[in-house]
Amino acid sequence: MGRIIDRLLQLGPVLLGVTVIVFLMITLTPGDPVEIMLGDMKSSPEQAEVLRRDMGLDRPPVERFFRFVGNALQGNFGLSFFHRRPVSEVIAERLPATIELTLAALLLSLLISIPLGALAAVHKGGWLDRTATVGSLLGVSLPGFWFGILLIMLFSVQLGVLPVSGRIGYGYEVPAVTGLLTIDTLLAGRLDSFLQALRHLALPAITLALPMAAPLMRVTRASMLDVLRSDYVTFAEAKGLSRRRVLWRHALKNALMPTVTIAALETGSLLGGNMIVESVFGWPGLGRLVVESIFARNYPLVQAAVLLYAVTYVLLNFIADVAYTLLNPRVRL
Amino acid sequence: MSAATDVAGTAIAARSPAAEGFARFLENRLAVACALVVLAMVLLAIGAPWFAPHDPNETDLLRRLQPPVWLDGGEWAFPLGCDALGRDLLSRLIHGARVSISVGTVVILFATVVGIAAGLLAGYLRGWVDTVISRIVDILLGFPYLIFAIGLMAMMGPGLHNVAITLIAKEWVVPCRLVRGETLAAREMEYVEAARAIGVGPFGIMIREILPNILSPVIVVATIRLAHVIILEASLSFLGLGVQPPIASWGSMVADGREFMLDAWWVSTFAGLAILVLVLAINVASQGLRDAFDPRFHD
Repeated sequence: MGRIIDRLLQLGPVLLGVTVIVFLMITLTPGDPVEIMLGDMKSSPEQAEVLRRDMGLDRPPVERFFRFVGNALQGNFGLSFFHRRPVSEVIAERLPATIELTLAALLLSLLISIPLGALAAVHKGGWLDRTATVGSLLGVSLPGFWFGILLIMLFSVQLGVLPVSGRIGYGYEVPAVTGLLTIDTLLAGRLDSFLQALRHLALPAITLALPMAAPLMRVTRASMLDVLRSDYVTFAEAKGLSRRRVLWRHALKNALMPTVTIAALETGSLLGGNMIVESVFGWPGLGRLVVESIFARNYPLVQAAVLLYAVTYVLLNFIADVAYTLLNPRVRL
Repeated sequence: MSAATDVAGTAIAARSPAAEGFARFLENRLAVACALVVLAMVLLAIGAPWFAPHDPNETDLLRRLQPPVWLDGGEWAFPLGCDALGRDLLSRLIHGARVSISVGTVVILFATVVGIAAGLLAGYLRGWVDTVISRIVDILLGFPYLIFAIGLMAMMGPGLHNVAITLIAKEWVVPCRLVRGETLAAREMEYVEAARAIGVGPFGIMIREILPNILSPVIVVATIRLAHVIILEASLSFLGLGVQPPIASWGSMVADGREFMLDAWWVSTFAGLAILVLVLAINVASQGLRDAFDPRFHD
């Protein structure tokens, strides 16, 4: 329990620190936000002054920070310069696409890494183990943006079996319920749309999943090797349980704990990878929006999105740590 | 412990741990081969103006998207073909190595120095210094790497210097945590107590006593992180946040080729391949280093 309380007490200062940094990132940005917002519009200095006061930019930085935090807690991140709509609205529109892609990649990387890592451990030194080791080395060395382009060239351009970009084809749209197209299409009872959504999701999800699957596989393999050497596995085998049952029912269950922890830590690579993969595949999510916003100097949006990503990441790590503490009796003291 | 004896009583060669580690590394042929690949690419980058057959920025629209030599329309003067502006891809590739390798090296070098200093201070002095440094580390760890980089780049604007500064601002956390942990352990050791007893000051102990003893894991981790930083730089360049045109970098070359995936696959393929080869070679070589120098990996 003490450990969980400790972590909870740490959570506050970290979240505050993260918020301070995000605030500073944009506040210290050279250039006048008012000028950027007005852009090419003709305006008098008085009009600019009014806008400046409206945006609270004439207040001292400390006051602006507290106002920023207060607004952020209410989900108010100001106006998106570019869209001339509230930032929160624009982000909410793009978020489901990013969540769908991230979840798909997470699921995929677990589906690849756990069986492969476990099998590699069981057949340690065999061809599968060596192939998996080489594969994971390639996985961490591949630049994701390039791998995505290779996949497009192979599956979309050469073979023509998967779409180049987007989330769903024309004429397959369904009413939005959750915003996750793979679920919405099923809710609408449109199997054809569901398959379309899945086909669009395949390549971006694979590209995002691969760099994460590599470390996960290594962790699963190492932890499975530890478990296989332990007394209870030897005992279970001695008791006459079939090897298959011992491996998959007893050993793997216990070997998965480190994998889950590392999975939570590695979601950072998924969240960051979003921006790259969404840019490569024209995926209409938050990641691509952030990249576009940098070039459009749409700072309020960048600020809100970076804060959202960072807070999500901190909370995910916190949850993983608590889950680990609760599940692992050796840590629970 | 230069003249130690093992259990059987035979003398062990009087070599320093570093020399022993290096000898073990040389036995790992794959790792040595990869280290040579890295070295070759470094030399190529340093001597780029001499090795590159053409000026990397010389455009020739008559050679627009000219294919590599083994395809129809290719010629030996431009072995890997040309990009959309008719620039020689091989020359751009060789010059692009400079960006990847120099940014990677500079970032790791600065981040390691800062990380060592912060880690030593936090681990040895403890108290409020440790609290402040550890809190900053915790906060920086709260950002996914690319998100932090993007946020900071949004503020500073695109460019190679800013990429390097951004990456250093986040990367120093890695050596800092390692050094802090090792220092916490080392400050209780007898050799440190002995130094304290004869009146060596805290900075003398940190730099002359503790640092040499914890340096080898720090170097190993630095080489492992180098691969990571090179991919990050390439990713930022791919997004258009790194070096600005017309300077060649591998990440931006991959981005250049995206528009021509249909009819000129070579534009992005070779640049991506170059990143893969360099990063893979560094990864294998650094694993070899780790196995050779980390006592936990050899019995």
